[in-house]
Amino acid sequence: MSIEVKGIVKNFGEFRALDHVNLHVNTGELIALLGPSGSGKTTLLRIIAGLEVADQGEILFHGQDARQKDVKDRGVGFVFQHYALFRHMTVFDNIAFGLRVKPKATRPSEEKIKAKVKELLGLIQLDWVADRFPSQLSGGQRQRIALARALAIEPKVLLLDEPFGSLDAQVRKELRQWLRRFHDELHITSLFVTHDQEEALEVADRVVVMNKGKIEQVGTPEEVYHKPASTFVINFLGNVNLFHGRMENGKLLLGKKDEENQKGNAKTGQLYIRPHQLDISRKAQDDSAIKANIRYINPAGSVVKIDLLADSGQSIAAEISQGEYAQLKLNKGEYVFVRPKNITYYDYDI
Amino acid sequence: MRARRTENKFIRFGLISIALVYLGLFIVMPLTVIFSGALKKGIAVYLHSLGDPNTIAAIKLTFLAAAIAVPLNVVFGIAASWAIAKFDFHGKNVLLTLIDLPLSVSPVVSGLIYVLLFGLQGLLGPWLADHNIKIIFTPIAIILATIFVTFPMVARELIPVMKSLGNEEEEAAMTLGASGFKTFLYVTLPNIKWGLLYGVILCNARAMGEFGAVSVVSGHIRGLTNTLPLQIEILYNEYNFTAAFAAASLLAFLALITLCVKTILEQVHLNEHRS
Repeated sequence: MSIEVKGIVKNFGEFRALDHVNLHVNTGELIALLGPSGSGKTTLLRIIAGLEVADQGEILFHGQDARQKDVKDRGVGFVFQHYALFRHMTVFDNIAFGLRVKPKATRPSEEKIKAKVKELLGLIQLDWVADRFPSQLSGGQRQRIALARALAIEPKVLLLDEPFGSLDAQVRKELRQWLRRFHDELHITSLFVTHDQEEALEVADRVVVMNKGKIEQVGTPEEVYHKPASTFVINFLGNVNLFHGRMENGKLLLGKKDEENQKGNAKTGQLYIRPHQLDISRKAQDDSAIKANIRYINPAGSVVKIDLLADSGQSIAAEISQGEYAQLKLNKGEYVFVRPKNITYYDYDI
Repeated sequence: MRARRTENKFIRFGLISIALVYLGLFIVMPLTVIFSGALKKGIAVYLHSLGDPNTIAAIKLTFLAAAIAVPLNVVFGIAASWAIAKFDFHGKNVLLTLIDLPLSVSPVVSGLIYVLLFGLQGLLGPWLADHNIKIIFTPIAIILATIFVTFPMVARELIPVMKSLGNEEEEAAMTLGASGFKTFLYVTLPNIKWGLLYGVILCNARAMGEFGAVSVVSGHIRGLTNTLPLQIEILYNEYNFTAAFAAASLLAFLALITLCVKTILEQVHLNEHRS
């Protein structure tokens, strides 16, 4: 089912949580709502679910106004950040809950419920925990139970609020890959909220980057990472170096003094360059190279992280491959030249 | 893991002795006196004084007042604690303060409030007299006063429980299609049942033991508007010590049963948590 969000505004007292938000979600898509805390992403999710009422704007489910419908009638599966499993019920009863509270006319028989719960437990690979209580399960298991419980009512839309937020790093990685595969099998329209850019880029079909109640950019993970639409997006999606410089006849000039930058017909502005887009060399590559001193080297990881201090006093973060590092044999305290290989984003002053 | 004991043996011994002596002096001794006083002239006299029609009427009225006040305050307590714990609204603090009022005000004042409201010289007195409705000095006043003084017991017990539970499970139930009533019945109620039971027990104990407020509105009409605590006072003032102690022993016995039930429930609750 497609979802259309039109001009949604939501205030909490003086605080504007959502400011005229528009979004279209296609049927079967997996969307990540990405943003820092307080950016309004969870509020948007709750408004779509019907747990919160918007002050202005419309929510359309498959072209039909959803606002008239109560939460319980929207047919939305919601997975809560802290799972919200019913603590006094077994896993089985938790998953069966949505089926058992149906009105008598549409309620399946107890055998059918049993079969459905079994099928869902198989789907999340947790057949053996049916008789346990939520408190006896690990965080990752509870998360999957919460998902199974939401899926039991066969929702048309699945909404997940920080689904991996309270799990440790290892389980988190496993579960998000699992969620991706899971979505590929079921193709249910899904939105999940996260503040972890890596998670959003890895799992989602499209990423919605939010900030201060507004959508900054909507795009595929590739688009938002390589073609960020604003300085906020580039800053939020990973480490970035900021340089002041100018473009002259398509040529980049960096590290010059400001008076020089303002000469001629060049446009001055801010350059955003990711750590891996920097080239390090012992000789000046060209006149845009910046001389810098190596402050710290961290070779533990898939790439080598190097922290440099430019003569101008600016701190620079660079990443080079292990191979390059072995070739260059860099040392702490050494002077090197840094030059951008390409630029992620260029923000003009004019 | 067992907690390491670091306190000095003498300090431990001293603290325990102080607690035991204090307990013996102020709780165990008076309780013993009540029961020994009641049984001083033998079990036959004890039973006979309990069988007195006025005492039986007092027992009946006490149970009646509790039987009406407790369910009403359960309903009110759940509603108020739900509102306070799960919603934000203007005047929430005022409501919280009002709930605490019967606890902070002297019971005598609580009784007087009803006299000032419904008494002949009271605010609604003339209107009630015109319509031939009597409240003060009738069992109705006893019941009203009992409701008033026991009013905070359930709510006070439930508010912290509800607050700590939060909203998420109810929200989850609603997204799964449960109606408000089913959500309350299957999700909220099981989670608050222990808090509710403690609240009911405390409410009941207070309802049965209340003296001050009911004394003011009762009028002490024998066999009609005397509750058990009031009956005890009358018997005592008439130097009918055996009968007074017999009635008191009954009240003390009810209190002991209440305590036992509470302890057993706590134990069951604890075991349920551990398993």
